Amino acid sequence: MSILTLFVVIPVLMLVGLWLSKNDNQVRGVMVVGATALLGLSIWLTVTFIQMRNAGNTDLMLFTYSVPWFAPLNIAYSVGVDGISVVMILLSAVIVFTGTFASWQLEPMKKEYFLWFVLLSIGVFGFFISTDLFTMFMFYEVALIPMYLLIGVWGTGPKEYAAMKLTLMLMGGSALLVIGILGIYYFSGATTMNINEIAALHNIPVSVQKVFFPFIFIGFGVLGALFPFHTWSPDGHASAPTAVSMLHAGVLMKLGGYGCFRIAMYLLPEAAQELSWIFLILTTCSVVYGALSACVQTDLKYINAYSSVSHCGMVLFALCMMTQTAITGAVLQMLSHGLMTALFFACIGMIYHRAGTRDVRYLGGLMKVLPFLSVSYVVAGLANLGLPGFSGFVAEMTIFVGSFQNGDMFHRVCTIIACSSIVVTAVYILRVVGKILFQKVANPKFFELHDATWDERFAIGGLIFCVAGLGMFPLWANNIISDSVGPIINHILGTTVAAL
Amino acid sequence: MEYSYAFLILLLPFLSFLVLGLLGMKMKKQVAGLIGTIMLGSLFAMSVYTAYEYFFVIGRDAATGMYPTVTVFNFTWLKFTELLTFNIGFRLTPISVMMLIVITTVSFMVHIYSFGYMAERDEHYKFEEYEHGFQRFYAYLSLFTMSMLGLVVATNIFQMYMFWELVGVCSYLLIGFYYPKHAAVHASKKAFIVTRFADLFFLIGILFFSFYVGTFNYDLNANPELIGKLASVAKEYAWVLPTALFLMFIGGAGKSAMFPLHIWLPDAMEGPTPVSALIHAATMVVAGVYQVASLFPIWVEYAPEQLHWVAYIAAFTAFYAAAVACAQRDIKRGLAFSTISQIAYMLVALGVCYALDNHEGGLGYMASMFHLFTHAMFKALLFLCSGAIIVIIGSNFKEYMGGLHKYMPITNACFLIGCIAISGVWPFAGFFSKDEIVSACFEFSPFLGWFMTLVSGMTAFYMFRLYYVIFWGQSYYELDPENRKRPAEVPFVMWGPLVFLAVISIFAGWIPFGHFVSATGQSMEIGLQHFEFSSVAWFSLLAAAIGIGLATWMYLPKYNPVPDMLQKKMPRLHKAALNRFYIDDAWQFFTHKIVFNCFSKPIAWFDRHVIDGTFNFMAWGAQEAGETIRPWQSGDVRSYASWFLTGTIALTLILLCIFS
Repeated sequence: MSILTLFVVIPVLMLVGLWLSKNDNQVRGVMVVGATALLGLSIWLTVTFIQMRNAGNTDLMLFTYSVPWFAPLNIAYSVGVDGISVVMILLSAVIVFTGTFASWQLEPMKKEYFLWFVLLSIGVFGFFISTDLFTMFMFYEVALIPMYLLIGVWGTGPKEYAAMKLTLMLMGGSALLVIGILGIYYFSGATTMNINEIAALHNIPVSVQKVFFPFIFIGFGVLGALFPFHTWSPDGHASAPTAVSMLHAGVLMKLGGYGCFRIAMYLLPEAAQELSWIFLILTTCSVVYGALSACVQTDLKYINAYSSVSHCGMVLFALCMMTQTAITGAVLQMLSHGLMTALFFACIGMIYHRAGTRDVRYLGGLMKVLPFLSVSYVVAGLANLGLPGFSGFVAEMTIFVGSFQNGDMFHRVCTIIACSSIVVTAVYILRVVGKILFQKVANPKFFELHDATWDERFAIGGLIFCVAGLGMFPLWANNIISDSVGPIINHILGTTVAAL
Repeated sequence: MEYSYAFLILLLPFLSFLVLGLLGMKMKKQVAGLIGTIMLGSLFAMSVYTAYEYFFVIGRDAATGMYPTVTVFNFTWLKFTELLTFNIGFRLTPISVMMLIVITTVSFMVHIYSFGYMAERDEHYKFEEYEHGFQRFYAYLSLFTMSMLGLVVATNIFQMYMFWELVGVCSYLLIGFYYPKHAAVHASKKAFIVTRFADLFFLIGILFFSFYVGTFNYDLNANPELIGKLASVAKEYAWVLPTALFLMFIGGAGKSAMFPLHIWLPDAMEGPTPVSALIHAATMVVAGVYQVASLFPIWVEYAPEQLHWVAYIAAFTAFYAAAVACAQRDIKRGLAFSTISQIAYMLVALGVCYALDNHEGGLGYMASMFHLFTHAMFKALLFLCSGAIIVIIGSNFKEYMGGLHKYMPITNACFLIGCIAISGVWPFAGFFSKDEIVSACFEFSPFLGWFMTLVSGMTAFYMFRLYYVIFWGQSYYELDPENRKRPAEVPFVMWGPLVFLAVISIFAGWIPFGHFVSATGQSMEIGLQHFEFSSVAWFSLLAAAIGIGLATWMYLPKYNPVPDMLQKKMPRLHKAALNRFYIDDAWQFFTHKIVFNCFSKPIAWFDRHVIDGTFNFMAWGAQEAGETIRPWQSGDVRSYASWFLTGTIALTLILLCIFS
């Protein structure tokens, strides 16, 4: 039995614990114990992984384990992690942990809320540990469904519309995925669904690859906010409760980028090479378009949702660049964006909870009345616009340097266009910070607001610690990601050389 | 190993930032201020010691006759590819040691001065609009000092960029220090966005440079292999180095407020005055100059033409800013334009170089660095003096001042020293450095030489205009002594630093600067210091004398009929100068009308209506289709039977048609 299975078992035990708990404090107790266990386990996993790599273990995947599940279709429960999944698991654990504290005082139906919350995290963890196409897809679906209820029941504003829209669009993506996965499975002629084995077989005809590549890339791209399939994001985020926004933007959207790389590009390498230019155009659009849209929004969550479109677009953009450095940057960006956006949504949620509005036109001078939340918001904003010392800088610079390694004119122009988003990001972040935090207190009612409570401070403090920690000491993450990206990108690019 | 303490120079201010930032609010004001000041005092001591070691104890390399480049440490912070690693290090060269001295000296003085300034400020501004945050102020100052030091000791261009961004954000935080004030928030936003826009070009320049050259290093002495790489790049891709360097310069132009990216600096005066002295006069704004100087050997060798463009841009900026400075009412804004003009001097000096030779074509390098040094001292002095005045008067506008020489004698003397120094009057500091610049210009092109002489005359004029309207002329207080507060001299913590900087401003010109910094690294003499006055020196002295004389004639008396008459005669010109020739409005138009209205808003609309509309339309279509089909499932057996019958007949007919 692999240690990785614990990432699914612990949340399942949490579900049982939540089901049995009788009052709010028991619910909180179960959540804290479970989330701490997950966080501890993921830190242990990261440290062990680095140690094993340092000890010279160069296997593609570590901690692998496989047991047949449905033999006639070659479906197996097989798990394993490389550097990319390790950092994603770490990210998910951090977000689940802080999300627990961010929902500490959620009302009503705390127990039911956390049940769905934990179910969602099962899907997320399961997705990142799986190496089997079908199991991976199953966990993916498990992660999507709870979102509908979490937004539809505990959300705000036009929550039914938002929940429906989000679910339908993501389900549409899933439909494309099913087609793509089946296509890969049948045309590879494999007797397994294991991703690494299919990749090693590498016998899908190029013409077939070109058919199925768009299915999978778009299927995951919907979740990764690929232009023009991103419109669920603003509505969905705006209506979601705080911790759900955190988990959704922080982790769930990363499933998209991760899937695009792990399945679409890894299993369909020639198609990835030939078709990436289409997606490069779309993702460059995402990056600039999201940033420009964010400039004129008036709802704090919309601003952040569009900012997410821009930043997640950067992930897919870097993937399409197909150099080792750029893809390492993409994974770093997933990590960094996950932490930053979670921090951002946490701050926004807490401000909204107090001030009763998220409209920038009615907010102002919060620095005076909510100093802790305001400072955190400034930190989140600065991290988002790529200030050195925070994770965003590391990720963006890796992406830009990596993209520039791809030397032809077209890629270079796209890179320069994408670079320009760093200016636009500064515009929309500073506009909001200047408007809602600084200047005079906009509404005398605000003087009665109370600053963050201890649980909120704990959640925010933890996230800031992670964002700054990654921003100041990025080398370890960079190394384990880069080591794992290396073989995969060589597989993707090396194949063309053979074909020529 | 020598300099083993050097990591402390970066670590100490960072620690002090963390301590003050996290715990500051729980401390007493004095404690927080003391922590910051003691930290900076020790930094100052370390820097002076480093300079002493570097220049006097270890000294020149016997073989080359140059001061060696010392890389104290250089560790890998992030690894992009095998070749491109992002290192963070600590590098000592003559100019980085000089910058260490400049930064820590001014910063130390500002720390001491701020004790008085911020306390006075808190005293006078009790109303809601002002945020006091003494501790926060010291925390930001520490962070800024750390970033600026990190910038100047950078071993590679990416490290420079990283700290470059950090000083930018410190500047943002400090300009917006009085955040309840709308103008301060607006100015801080503007400063950050304009410099960020310029930094975009810096970044792209770095990307080009690093891709083709294959490294982020730029120091030819520390990385001898770079020489060969650059040569081969220049041979294969002739366009790369000039393009990359010029793009990087645009970044520098943003930070150093060159036309037309200068618009943020005058507004940045909304920040507390000590900040203006430290960041917006002495240190951060010269980062662009420092960047060009750091890359200077590459510029001269591979992009001489583009280097001269730098000179032209800077020369125009110098003139433009001097012209605007003549019409400002706000004394800090006047000083800000003067700063722009003086920084432009430094860039002109670099830009007119055409060879790496101390006497033939490379004089400008030394002159530029010399001027950077002296300017930092006297401009910090002038800003701190203006801060003293502003604190006492409670306003930035010249109308509320006048006649202060009676009430603030020490400030008066210090401001006068600063004015004389900046005007370039012998034997004050500005004379020596500015004259070297003008000589370098004459060497390059006589036109540019005369042009810069003219600007130095204007400098003398606008500085003395400022001096007279503040300290002489009609006193605002005396017009109505009953109701107005009597101006008084500032306390010792404030005038102490003034006197210190004033003394430096008097004597800094006598430092044999050419011995420490020069284009080749070899020692050179500055003729002026040996009383070898060339005709250039006489002309610029004459220009200064004319400027001062004119200002004295126009502004010394209690009532100034001449300026008023000129203002009436040429209302348009005056208004244009007062409004900075509408460059700000042009930018405002660009950002608001073009970017916001032509891009952002249509895109946001497009997103909500077209893209989202498409998906909503699809959803609506599905729903409508469902609604349409639903009645067919009526549950009525007879209708099902008739459908069944119709269907069967139709199918039969179709099949018959096909097969017959």
